[in-house]
Amino acid sequence: MSNPSDKRRRESIGAADDLERWFGGDFVPTETFRPIAPNIQVYRPQLTSVLSIANRVTGVALGLGALGLVAWLIAAASGPHLFLIAQNIVFSWPGEIFLIGLTFAFFLHFLGGVRHLVWDTVRGFELRSIYASGWAVVITSIILTAATWVFALRGG
Amino acid sequence: MGRDTRLPRARARGLGSAHGGTHHWWAERVSAIALVPLTIWLLVGLIIHLSGDYNEVVGWLASPVTSLLIILLLIAAFHHVALGLQVIVEDYNHGESKYLMILLLRFGCYAAAASGILAELKIVFAT
Repeated sequence: MSNPSDKRRRESIGAADDLERWFGGDFVPTETFRPIAPNIQVYRPQLTSVLSIANRVTGVALGLGALGLVAWLIAAASGPHLFLIAQNIVFSWPGEIFLIGLTFAFFLHFLGGVRHLVWDTVRGFELRSIYASGWAVVITSIILTAATWVFALRGG
Repeated sequence: MGRDTRLPRARARGLGSAHGGTHHWWAERVSAIALVPLTIWLLVGLIIHLSGDYNEVVGWLASPVTSLLIILLLIAAFHHVALGLQVIVEDYNHGESKYLMILLLRFGCYAAAASGILAELKIVFAT
């Protein structure tokens, strides 16, 4: 009971596997398929959704940063020669730009994570608090990133 | 929140209909809370020591407190990364390859954590 246009429609909502599993091959849409919300490409960006996406993106970036930390430790464990090469990469201008970006990603993910931990205690769910905590995360992340690099460059 | 409709035994076991979601969720929180002090400590340590020469950096890495905290951080961080990446895979990949991807990223995270711990131990015992 399926024709190519049904199949295409099923795939278009991105849940073809689930429909196949639940209904076998006999699933016939009885109504027009509507897009599943949130339909991200026509969504006006909001602080809430942008921070949610940012939490993921920064998480992946920090995963890469953790790999960098491992590589740096291996270089330090391999002796002065490899360590010097690693330091030259860290203190090159692409290395420093990466580290500045990683610092911001760290604070955004860190403070966003603390925000999530507060939500886990069933607090701060009012729309007003969600926006207040969201902007607090963004502004504090910018300030702490700047402060970190002022300290780092003054100390080094 | 809403009324809890579960039977007392189901509530005591703490498992939802997915039978495993609470463990993933809880492990993500546990590793996150562990990472709060550990990452702040690492950030401060790197600000102080990263620009130093080889002897200074290795001396810092070889100290007992640093080595303990670095190893704890590597365990917590890569556990947290594995849990987070698994959710991303589960959200966007609904095919069979999902299981292979989760398997590979978990192996990768454990391999990375083990490599970091090994490097740290080598610094400790060589210094």
